[in-house]
Amino acid sequence: MDLATRRVVNTTVGKKAVMAVTGVILVLFLIAHMTGNLKIFLSTESFDHYAHWLRTIGEPLLPYSWFLWIQRIVLLAAVIGHIWSATSLALKAKAARPVKYAHRRPVKGSYAARTMRWGGVIIVLFVVYHILDLTTGHLNPVGDSSRPAGNLIADFAPGRWYVTLFYVVAVLTLAFHLRHGVFSALRTLGQQTQTGERRAKAVALVVAVVIAVGFLAVPLSITTGLIK
Amino acid sequence: MNLTLRIWRQHGPEEKGRMVKYRVEDVSPDMSFLEMLDMLNEELTLAGDEPVAFDHDCREGICGMCSLMINGSAHGPERATTTCQLHMRHFNDGDTIDIEPWRARAFPVVKDLVVDRSSFDRIIQAGGYISAPTGSAPDAHATPVPKADADAAFEAATCIGCGACVAACPNGSGMLFTAAKVTHLGLLPQGQPERDERVLNMIHAHDDAGFGGCTNTGECHEVCPKGIPLASIGRLNRDFLKASRSISR
Repeated sequence: MDLATRRVVNTTVGKKAVMAVTGVILVLFLIAHMTGNLKIFLSTESFDHYAHWLRTIGEPLLPYSWFLWIQRIVLLAAVIGHIWSATSLALKAKAARPVKYAHRRPVKGSYAARTMRWGGVIIVLFVVYHILDLTTGHLNPVGDSSRPAGNLIADFAPGRWYVTLFYVVAVLTLAFHLRHGVFSALRTLGQQTQTGERRAKAVALVVAVVIAVGFLAVPLSITTGLIK
Repeated sequence: MNLTLRIWRQHGPEEKGRMVKYRVEDVSPDMSFLEMLDMLNEELTLAGDEPVAFDHDCREGICGMCSLMINGSAHGPERATTTCQLHMRHFNDGDTIDIEPWRARAFPVVKDLVVDRSSFDRIIQAGGYISAPTGSAPDAHATPVPKADADAAFEAATCIGCGACVAACPNGSGMLFTAAKVTHLGLLPQGQPERDERVLNMIHAHDDAGFGGCTNTGECHEVCPKGIPLASIGRLNRDFLKASRSISR
């Protein structure tokens, strides 16, 4: 990075821009991931076929599963950038008020806004578990990478309700994170009018609700026996 | 009305401070909050004690000198009101009121409730000006300004630089103040020559002073005595990113 860029990225606004851009990349991934998950409602074969297709995207230009690895590297970079900027800004915020108030009115900002940092930590822990569960299969009761639908159905079986519960908690945490995060990203990238503020907040709410419903539909349908 | 006050007392910048309890009696509901403190100070002085130091100047709500975190709210419980314009009728007989200084690394305590806000001056020095020929005033119609821009610029220009935004911000950020200045000057034709440099230099001055970053929680707008819109921070962000691109080109 050249000096001028580094000077920009190292400011509070520059770090927010890094957070917003990486956040947008991650939200676009979430939408694609969610849409793919819903394939399970068509049939288990359709889901397995989709999962296999993910590995053949770009063939014959890209060798088998290269697209997936490129996507993983981009996502990893986005996650690192997102966490780096968040941590750096959180530390700066902590240093900005060395002496606390004896009497502080509770922060009125939305619940979502107040839980961004710890919500983010919960989401990271969930993502680690989720990869070990349904990507590598280590924590999955079946863990057969050739039949992803089977893994999914075994994972959220009614007897494993605690796994479903953990997924529900994680997805709701994510939805709250997005409700403030999407608005905040739009503001950081230059949303500047009061009418636009209402629109940006509405967009954030819609994204959060769609993501929550889309991601919760699959595990809840399996646990309740709608999908067998 | 009779009140119990718990006030932050601190002899000097390097001393340790603490909350001290005082009783004030026969407070008139028509008094301003600062007049109530004047009354306490008169009693303290007559008793041979050190009066409580607090910032104040015009007492008309336009100079930006008064401050005070009152029961955990910057400038007290009333919206869009400075401490000097806050009247005791908004409190009840027998209340206990906590009074603290603004808390921020960029606003070190000088004494009791007085903080040093010169970090705001440094942000202004970094870009809160326009370069214009001085001398006789130009004709009013020499530089036309669209009405909508003039209104938005004026709204931002009402910022009095009191620092309530910083005091209320969970991140100790001075972004609303900086955004008000950037909006005020950036919307007007006279502010265009320095527009890019202004936002870059002001943000660097803001960060160097030890203020935190903005997380868009909106606490600043809630306590702002002038109601500076939160959306002005979006304008600052946009100007900053645009200026960054044109500088690197």
